[in-house]
Amino acid sequence: MSVIVSVTGLSKHFGDLKAVNSLSFSVREADVYGFLGQNGAGKSTTIRMLLTLIAPSDGEIEIFGMNLRTHRKEILRQVGAVIERPDLYKYLSAYENLSIFARMSGIKASGRRLMEQLEQVGLAERAHSKVHTYSQGMKQRLGIAVALIHDPQLVVLDEPTNGLDPQGIADIRHLILHLSRHQKKTIFVSSHLLSEVELIANRMLIIDKGRKIAEGPSDELLDPAQTIVELDSIDPDFTATAIGRLKWQSFLRERSSGQFIFKMDKALIPAFIQDLVREGVQVLAIRPRHSLEDYFLSLTTANQHVEAFTN
Amino acid sequence: MWKLLQIELFKIFRRPRTYIPFAAIAAMILIIQLGLKFDGKSYLLLFMSSLSDSFYIPYSMILNGYLVAFVILNTLLIQVPLLVALVAGDMVAGEANMGTLRLLITRPVSRTRLMLVKFGASVIYTVLLLIWMAVLALFLSMWLFGTNDMLIARSNVMEQIGRADVLWRYIAAFGYASVALSTVAALAFLLSVFAENSIGPIVSTISIVIVLTILSEMKIPIYDNTVKPWLFTSHMLAWKGFFYSRSNGEGAAIPGSVENLPAILRSLGVLLAYIVAFVTSAIWVFNKKDILS
Repeated sequence: MSVIVSVTGLSKHFGDLKAVNSLSFSVREADVYGFLGQNGAGKSTTIRMLLTLIAPSDGEIEIFGMNLRTHRKEILRQVGAVIERPDLYKYLSAYENLSIFARMSGIKASGRRLMEQLEQVGLAERAHSKVHTYSQGMKQRLGIAVALIHDPQLVVLDEPTNGLDPQGIADIRHLILHLSRHQKKTIFVSSHLLSEVELIANRMLIIDKGRKIAEGPSDELLDPAQTIVELDSIDPDFTATAIGRLKWQSFLRERSSGQFIFKMDKALIPAFIQDLVREGVQVLAIRPRHSLEDYFLSLTTANQHVEAFTN
Repeated sequence: MWKLLQIELFKIFRRPRTYIPFAAIAAMILIIQLGLKFDGKSYLLLFMSSLSDSFYIPYSMILNGYLVAFVILNTLLIQVPLLVALVAGDMVAGEANMGTLRLLITRPVSRTRLMLVKFGASVIYTVLLLIWMAVLALFLSMWLFGTNDMLIARSNVMEQIGRADVLWRYIAAFGYASVALSTVAALAFLLSVFAENSIGPIVSTISIVIVLTILSEMKIPIYDNTVKPWLFTSHMLAWKGFFYSRSNGEGAAIPGSVENLPAILRSLGVLLAYIVAFVTSAIWVFNKKDILS
């Protein structure tokens, strides 16, 4: 499978705020790639950088093997996107909106083609109604129709199920799976709900505070036999050197400033601690999380605790 | 480029609010025309009362379509910039507010091209507004009041322009006015880039035009040669120059002549320079801008 999206050391700073911090990942052809993180983790900023809405402070983005900075037009011709809310021209009909964005994407879509696309998202019957009369779910589906009208190879969906009822969520899920399985499209879908992403994604990336927490095949990441272990130490550089000498280096998944994140079988944790102490690592805390889901939930819960204190 | 321009125009003319300025202009012109139709003599007396004691004044001949159009343009071309700002100020900020700007930018169109097309659409809208104004102010007045020689009141003289010498002056004046109004459109367009709601740029444009117009009209010597020549508002009414002819030895207007064409062209140059500066700045800012809306 060829790499469709390759991101290396991507960062975005808004003043002192590091919204995205040295993020690297890759999306392969025909992946349904889940991009997970709680609200404010940096998902939308990353997606906006992938779509040239925001200029990165640092790092490189390659899509279809081309540099986004130098080949923007060629790349965007093959990309469709729904970014956060599916905002469209409310005073125009679905048909007119679709027609406008088809032409802006450089294709001549016939009336039949436009109707087929609306049919695919279940809006053919309301094709000529003004968008301001649409429900949130209908707008979301129209947004997806707009993203697909030029038959893109890569589809980027930012929180596509936000504000939808359970039936709407299921419809979007089925559509994503259909696009992936039957049309071989590469789907990059962000969400703050692990439960939602795990149903559709074959690979996923989890970020928190702009940094990568974990990336890999969904079944591996969500393997209940594996445990995520967070390690805090007094001297992170010394700890890194010590770990480098040990077999535990191969279990290391991520390092973010003072914290190290490992993934290992639960039974190995005591031996891991013994080795660290033997090497002179001054351990502040070791927190085992029983699964990725547990870990992801802990991030959300921790933030809720902070919000509870600050509100 | 033409395809994108068509899309922009389609979006503009499918919005009900686009037609408000057209309706406002029509209402204002009809009110003036009705007033002059039924009480034009009183209006003329305001300006010619001193002459009426000594001369016979053929009011019905003086109050013809050309003069009425001139009166209307004098009155309206100060207000029309405000109407132009309604659309131009909405071009980028309105899209940001609707959330459609981010969709536009994810299409394979360069930001520079997008901005040029949007400004082009603003200019076309401005020109259409002026054509609408010309049709109502000039041609409807010609139909309602007939045509004759045109009398222009200047500071200390009355100038008479022959009937056959008027129409081209109106065409030139409307052409100039379209550049003048495009300058306001360019300002509103620039301010639109900074905002995510069209109210801000529209109100800011109107405020700037009002403040600068007051400054342009003030008779304070220290500003006359230092500040005023550089204000675009000082050059917006130079269209009137097309109605001032050179006179021959006997004091009669020379047909086809313009008293001070170089001054009009200089003013036109200043306005065009402003347009280039505003639009270039808008494109530069927009190309650097992170789209967070």
